Amino acid sequence: MRSRQAIALLALVGFFVALYLWLHALGVGGALKCGTGGCETVQTSRWAVLFGVPVAFYGVVGYFALLVGALVSLRPAALRDRKWNVMLAGLSTIGLLFTAYLTYLELFVIHAICRWCVGSAVIITVIWVVAVIALRRQDARTPRHVS
Amino acid sequence: MNRFYVVIAVLAVVLGIALFVLLGRSGGAAAAAAGPPVTVEDDGFRGYTLAVGDPVVEITEYSDFECPFCANFAMVQMPTIKEQLINTGKVRWRYRDFPLPVHRYSRFAAHAAQCAGEQGRFWEMHDQLFSHHQWAQTGKDPSALFRDLAKTIGLDQARYDTCMTAGRYASRIEFSRQEGDKVGVNGTPTFYINGKVFTGSRATSDAFKAIADSIIAHTPPKPRPARN
Repeated sequence: MRSRQAIALLALVGFFVALYLWLHALGVGGALKCGTGGCETVQTSRWAVLFGVPVAFYGVVGYFALLVGALVSLRPAALRDRKWNVMLAGLSTIGLLFTAYLTYLELFVIHAICRWCVGSAVIITVIWVVAVIALRRQDARTPRHVS
Repeated sequence: MNRFYVVIAVLAVVLGIALFVLLGRSGGAAAAAAGPPVTVEDDGFRGYTLAVGDPVVEITEYSDFECPFCANFAMVQMPTIKEQLINTGKVRWRYRDFPLPVHRYSRFAAHAAQCAGEQGRFWEMHDQLFSHHQWAQTGKDPSALFRDLAKTIGLDQARYDTCMTAGRYASRIEFSRQEGDKVGVNGTPTFYINGKVFTGSRATSDAFKAIADSIIAHTPPKPRPARN
């Protein structure tokens, strides 16, 4: 239960980070508050849009799905259900792989780092670690019988 | 369990307020650099130039960093002009600001270039502003992008920031625009070749080369200094 609560809290923070970047991409608000980082360089690069949609939008959808999944899995009836752990681990794995690709682009193609993107990368990595540990622990507690 | 839902609700509210504050803040474009100055003074500056030696032909370009035609000219024609006319000592190229009122950030961009010029990198910033011209299409506050560009060309960031915040060259830019008004500039880019307006249908490197070659051919060679 604790792991799902942690995932819900982290996904909520990640959701707002992605929402900020997405709204900025839509022209809402002024310049990104980025300190001395290269947020604008990253956000105005051609890799900031995927299939005609700002990359941050995929983050909004992904974090929202993780948030809803984690909250729904906290219902008493779902607490011991393994499929929710599988779903959270699966979703966070997709998010982690996508983030790894974006971080690679920042480091080796665009040569600029967006601090908000780094923040999101840390959040999805922690979510993935928590989700995978929760899944392994549940598997260890309830061994499945093979007939 | 109930306590958890309270925590997540409070966190959602706090993050929502933070998002609202982040989006609500005005952009980073310093007003002093982005708008016209209160007073206009002639500081004697007449534009950054590119030249080798002492050419007999001078081309003055009145330009606007937010203008797409100016960006196209800078990216497509200017490299050939540099190679064929400027580097060969045939032409001196002079850049003058003519920010159009319809462009929201052209003064701000002109100011960024002037602040780069203060550190000896006007032309590097000129090239960056035109080669990353997507900022002019989005309509978003480009101040953070310009800071990135300043960093890319190796400017002292603190000096650049101070220059931009103070709007140090706002008067110089407006003076240039008023000068353009006086000589009859009514669009950008507009070119003057040895003081005469270029009236060709297309401002291409070939057109400028033909005119420059013609002027050079009809100009008597400068007398050499007498030897004692």
